[in-house]
Amino acid sequence: MRVFSIFKREIKAYFVSPIAYVILAIFLIIIGFFFYNMFMYFNLRSMQMAQYPYMARGMSLNEMVVRPLFQNMSVIALLVIPMLTMRLYAEEKKSGTIELLFTAPLSDVETAIGKFLAAFFMFFLMSGLTVLYPFIMSRVSTIEWGPVWSGYIGFLLMGGAFISIGLAISTLTGNQIVAALLTFGMLLFFWMIGWSSEFVSGAGGNVLSYLSLIEHFDDFAKGVCDTRDIVYYLSVIFLGLFTTVQMLESSKWRA
Amino acid sequence: MIEVKSLTKYYGPVRAVDDISFQVKKGEILGFLGPNAAGKTTTMRILTCYLKPTFGTATVCGFDVHKNSLELRRRIGYLPENVPIYPEMRVRTYLHFWAEIKGIPGKKRRGEVNRVAERCGLENVLSRPTGKLSKGFRQRVGLAQALIGDPEVLILDEPTVGLDPKQIIEVRNLIKSFSKEKTILLSTHILPEVSMTCGRVIIINEGKLTAIDTPENLDRHLRKSHRVIMEVKGACESVTHILEHVDGVQAVRPLRIRENFFSYTLDTDIGKEVRPLLAEAVIKNGFNLLEIRPLEMSLEEIFLKLTTQEAGGKGR
Repeated sequence: MRVFSIFKREIKAYFVSPIAYVILAIFLIIIGFFFYNMFMYFNLRSMQMAQYPYMARGMSLNEMVVRPLFQNMSVIALLVIPMLTMRLYAEEKKSGTIELLFTAPLSDVETAIGKFLAAFFMFFLMSGLTVLYPFIMSRVSTIEWGPVWSGYIGFLLMGGAFISIGLAISTLTGNQIVAALLTFGMLLFFWMIGWSSEFVSGAGGNVLSYLSLIEHFDDFAKGVCDTRDIVYYLSVIFLGLFTTVQMLESSKWRA
Repeated sequence: MIEVKSLTKYYGPVRAVDDISFQVKKGEILGFLGPNAAGKTTTMRILTCYLKPTFGTATVCGFDVHKNSLELRRRIGYLPENVPIYPEMRVRTYLHFWAEIKGIPGKKRRGEVNRVAERCGLENVLSRPTGKLSKGFRQRVGLAQALIGDPEVLILDEPTVGLDPKQIIEVRNLIKSFSKEKTILLSTHILPEVSMTCGRVIIINEGKLTAIDTPENLDRHLRKSHRVIMEVKGACESVTHILEHVDGVQAVRPLRIRENFFSYTLDTDIGKEVRPLLAEAVIKNGFNLLEIRPLEMSLEEIFLKLTTQEAGGKGR
């Protein structure tokens, strides 16, 4: 019940300030642009292929539009989610309302979950609106919906992981810009960490590639819902929330 | 109602609160007095479970700040120093939000919001955004927020800071009006406020408890001398000389009012009535006595004395 009160207030706060509209607009315009380009390129290739039917076998909307679209969406999510999470605690710290929140009969777990869900709802809204693009494709051509849905499941899980990292980081500072930058840096680092798995031999390389936030997403975009990947994202979400609560508790002892 | 036992709080190496113990009884208004950065806010933050003490314990309504923090928080209303608000929320939604958080059941919420709004005189601003309110109204919104859920204990951190004199009186009266039903702990660095609103006063300086008593007792016990003001017509040097030699006078400070008229402030021994002797001495020596009256030493001076003595004792 109290979680829901926090959730409601956070959602309202997003929509009262221009932040929700700006983020939604930027996300949808950029994804729309990507979609347009990839779809038109596919169109162009199909017309070329029409003259050589034997080469047209590998042509698939899922492989050539949906999968790259998801990859692009994940990059944009990396840029946009820090903007979504930066205010969650940082704003309350700055304005002092955190003092009321902490002295109200409400546990830190409840505020953390309420705030997480609010940011996740925003992200869900953003992703939901992009379903328009596969829908357009399905009207003019045929696509397989299976990989599309699995891609969305993966995208939401990945977004959830990003948000819970951002949430934990926003407890660290009263400055929203610092929170956003730290989150961005952290996400980018765990994004790229998989790259070095190529030349780190043995178990070390596997660990690095397992830790990478993006490696796990690619399976979903291909249409594979592996429990390993689901467990990975869920544990990152849990870890982020757990860290958030620990940080809040420790701030009571320090200052 | 409130029990604090050897409470100590460190911020890193800085000792903000140093071994403070006190008790507040039910229905009492206790004033927390001290210069800025004396540890008032820190103590209040510990009592409201915003901070954890480094050592010591505190209980409110029998609930410990460590073990029963949630239960404790259900029973206090807290007004932090700068009255934090969500600027985008309207007064009604703001109060409604806190009513939800404090667990007022859905059906009673509207009534509760109206009750506290009426109590604090907010009926006419309920649909205004909290971010656009004047300081006085903002303070009342904070008080209304603290009153939601009818808590037994109110903890108010500098409730009158930054208000104009009229608003100060209004807020003070508001606080007094709560005193019948609630136990109140309020902090301030404005001294008259304490003697006007509080039944007992705690003076705290550099994290240490310096005195705890009623304002009247503090006044009586801590006074080291009486003060008398005299106005005398005549040459300053000779009058000063005469006054200094009256038995029981500690010091004389003359002040020129106009040509040949001087006002003298005298510190005199405690428990001795020196005014007749002073009057006699002046008249006997042929000067004109125009005025003689005792001067009450204000709480300000007592406070200043207490807090500066403390600093002096540390060899600064």
